[in-house]
Amino acid sequence: MLSLIVFLPLAAALVLLALPRLGDSIARWTWVAVAALDLALVVGVWLAYESPAVGQLAFEEQAPWIPGVNSSYHLGVDGLSLPLIAMTAVIFLACAVYALREPDRPRLQAALFLFLQSVSMGLFVSADLILFFLFFDLSIVAMYFVIAGWGHNDAGRSAMKFFLYTFLGSLALLVGFIGLYIAADPHTFDMVELTNQAPLNGSFMAGGLVLAAILMGLAVKTPTVPFHTWLPPAHTDAPAIGSAVLAGVLLKMGTYGFVRIAMPMLPEAWRAWAWVIIVVGIISVVYGALVALAQTNLKRMIAYTSVNHMGYIALAVGAAGLVADDTAQARSIAVTGAVTQMVSHGLITGALFLLAGVLQDRASTYDMDAYGGLAGPAPRFAAFFAVGAFASLGLPGLSGFIAEFQIFTGSIAAAPVTAVALVGILLTAALFLRALQRIFTGPTRGRSTGFADLRPTETWSVGALLFLSLLIGILPRPLLDIIEPAAEAVVELVGR
Amino acid sequence: MAMRPLLLLPEMLLFVGGLAALISGSFLPRERQWVSRLVAAAALVACVVAAMIGLTSTAQTAFEGTFSVDTPTGVARIVAAVGTLIVLSLAVDEITGSPRESETYALLLFSTTGTLMLAGADDLLVLAVGFLLTSIPLYGLIGLRRTPAGAEAAMKTYLLGALFGILLLSGVTVLYGITGTTSYAALPDLLIDAPTGAMAAGVIGVLAGLMFKAGAVPGHFWIPDAAQGAGGAVAAFLTTVPKIGAVIATYRLVDMLPGTLNWPLLIAILAVASMTLGNLAAYWQTDPRRLLGWSTVSQVGYLLVPVAVAGRSDSALPSLLLYVAGYTLTNLAAFSVTTALPQRRTLESYGRLARAQPMLAAALVISLLGLVGTPPTIVFVGKLTIASAAWDGGLAWLAVAVFANTLISLFYYLRWIVPVFKSDADASPPRADEGASSSPRPASSVVAVVAALGSLAMGICAGLLLSLLTGT
Repeated sequence: MLSLIVFLPLAAALVLLALPRLGDSIARWTWVAVAALDLALVVGVWLAYESPAVGQLAFEEQAPWIPGVNSSYHLGVDGLSLPLIAMTAVIFLACAVYALREPDRPRLQAALFLFLQSVSMGLFVSADLILFFLFFDLSIVAMYFVIAGWGHNDAGRSAMKFFLYTFLGSLALLVGFIGLYIAADPHTFDMVELTNQAPLNGSFMAGGLVLAAILMGLAVKTPTVPFHTWLPPAHTDAPAIGSAVLAGVLLKMGTYGFVRIAMPMLPEAWRAWAWVIIVVGIISVVYGALVALAQTNLKRMIAYTSVNHMGYIALAVGAAGLVADDTAQARSIAVTGAVTQMVSHGLITGALFLLAGVLQDRASTYDMDAYGGLAGPAPRFAAFFAVGAFASLGLPGLSGFIAEFQIFTGSIAAAPVTAVALVGILLTAALFLRALQRIFTGPTRGRSTGFADLRPTETWSVGALLFLSLLIGILPRPLLDIIEPAAEAVVELVGR
Repeated sequence: MAMRPLLLLPEMLLFVGGLAALISGSFLPRERQWVSRLVAAAALVACVVAAMIGLTSTAQTAFEGTFSVDTPTGVARIVAAVGTLIVLSLAVDEITGSPRESETYALLLFSTTGTLMLAGADDLLVLAVGFLLTSIPLYGLIGLRRTPAGAEAAMKTYLLGALFGILLLSGVTVLYGITGTTSYAALPDLLIDAPTGAMAAGVIGVLAGLMFKAGAVPGHFWIPDAAQGAGGAVAAFLTTVPKIGAVIATYRLVDMLPGTLNWPLLIAILAVASMTLGNLAAYWQTDPRRLLGWSTVSQVGYLLVPVAVAGRSDSALPSLLLYVAGYTLTNLAAFSVTTALPQRRTLESYGRLARAQPMLAAALVISLLGLVGTPPTIVFVGKLTIASAAWDGGLAWLAVAVFANTLISLFYYLRWIVPVFKSDADASPPRADEGASSSPRPASSVVAVVAALGSLAMGICAGLLLSLLTGT
């Protein structure tokens, strides 16, 4: 089942590539159909899912791949990965719908995004480090072509920067993986086995170095300060759906790595360095929000709020490493919040980037000062953007609140000093309100004149993402029921 | 100890095949020289078959213990013969009907025989013979095109080859002088008591010769010139096939040496120097073949990594063989793209290739990303296993150096990939003499696509290959 979910988009991509004479609209609709089918399969898995035992996975599939280094084709899901594959499927479907009006090489674009979807799905269900790395690297290659091929402005340069930066991260990650492999006895790349062994417990120096390599790799991808500088140019110059996937899905690969690899496999080192991670998280939160506040380019601003939002996740997983007997429950709340934040940020930021793409499409600029009073000519756009902005700043009733509330409840209970990061929420609120004011209120002027409101493809794609965010905000239980057992397991594993 | 000449059947087949190609060529009119190509190809195929049959039996030595026939030799035979076969297919486009067609085939086969002698040598004298047999045909091959650049490259290679050949021979002499033997079986025990200085001088001399053959620091200077100046098929050959024998010979030599001096450290330093220098020098190149030439210098650096932990990690030898095989195929794929498009001699001239020739563009991207070590290509598995072997053998810093260099290498491979995908808007129209209009050469195009796909398939089936390499 999982293999089908992973490879169905890839197969469709190959078919699209093999048929160069295919009509553009057939290609676009094929993409939508395949993305929808993949989502349906994920929903099927969700419905049939039951939480596995600690250290185990559901829907496991395993076949030998490179037995010489004990690496196998091993897939499985648990409460950490299932929400993420669901979110990934949703975002890719939204992108497919949004791109129904894409004029530039739609067949190739569809093939590339289907390939990227396969890779992203594959990463979240991998239970083998080499398989994980394979998908991690291929996601970089695919995203490079998305930005370089369909971006605007200085796309080539931004794509190159993105590639080099994240490739550096992936290599650091690989070094860490090899360290884990060598430390394990018998040598293995299998995640389940490595989690059970925690091979570097007891060797402080080696554990710290391996964790440093892995953290560096994940921090580049997440990104946290000081490895975030590739993010703003990549987002600004990427096409709208590229940005949505980059922010919604690719950034999660970094944060997912924290809870899937770093914490359970290197518990002792994680505990030893938890404070560093917390500090990096707090800096990312505050610095990301401050820099976002200073932006005049809307897309850059949203990009920096991603740094801020990813900071909350780093903060929460760092706090989960401060092991004390009486805080187990708080720490598990923090991890639950972190995973919820991954889903929530994917939906909300995906929607915001798609909306930013509408600006580029209509008026070819993201400069907020070029607009004014946009709510007049484009009321639906204004309403959607407002919902997205409020969700992003953590208004109750939307998914961002559920996530950030849990993160802070858990983190502050484990380490009161993390309350400093609350400033971030305040700043985000300020910057989003200011952006709303600049673009939508006042008399209609500048590029706002003659601005066409959302078209059906845009309405449906963005609307679906925002609706899900609202749904999670009002009815979080189905999601939390899946995440909570897994979060408790992570906290238990990190406490070893 | 026995002669057992039949164990050397693959080498004999190649040498006799070379002679047959040469002689048949002398009697054939120029437009029917392809017959000699068939002769050469038949010899190579026979060599592969014989090598496969040889792999099924246990390790043995031939000619009184001077030549070992074991897994590394068997793998080297197969990889080198397949590599030369690919080069012959590239020659279909390039050399057919040229004045020295059959001579080219004969020289290719002689040089391949030499590289196999190197790979199997278990005796310093056989090593020296292998070195000369690989090198001398190469000098001729490089100069065959008779262009100024080709002549310069041939001269440079010849002079360096002579210098490093003398170093190798004097190294052999010194080692013989202090031990009284040239056999790897007897050398280790005798070297333990030998004067350290003399032994070091001897081994360094031999190593220097091998580094020249492998195109590693310090014997790498000829590689970029030869890759640029020689014909496409020859460039593909000389950056690939001789390395196979040279690195395996280095492995056997290092594995044999006693631990009285820190040889692994020396090899590790040479490895890091090769990868770093190759990568940094490649960065500024504008000629794709010269860029590839420097890239092969860096690739040899990676190949030396498992050599540095020879005997200290069980996975050193399998990972070396896997990397050799993967590198050969991937590098040949990249060269095939350049021979398919001989008119494009600058990186910029690859502009809009993705539009004009999507299949070739895909082959180029796969092979270049393969050389970087992007999964799931075979070089990725190779890099993974050599780095694991290095770490396992106690040289974790070497594993880190491999990945640091991988990042550097990405810069220049991307410099080549970027123009390929430029869209019509931002690429300047190609000049007429850059021949974007001329269609690519058919045989090279097919080879490029097949080899690139092969490197992907090998990566996906890497588990099978690796278990074959460790199993026997």
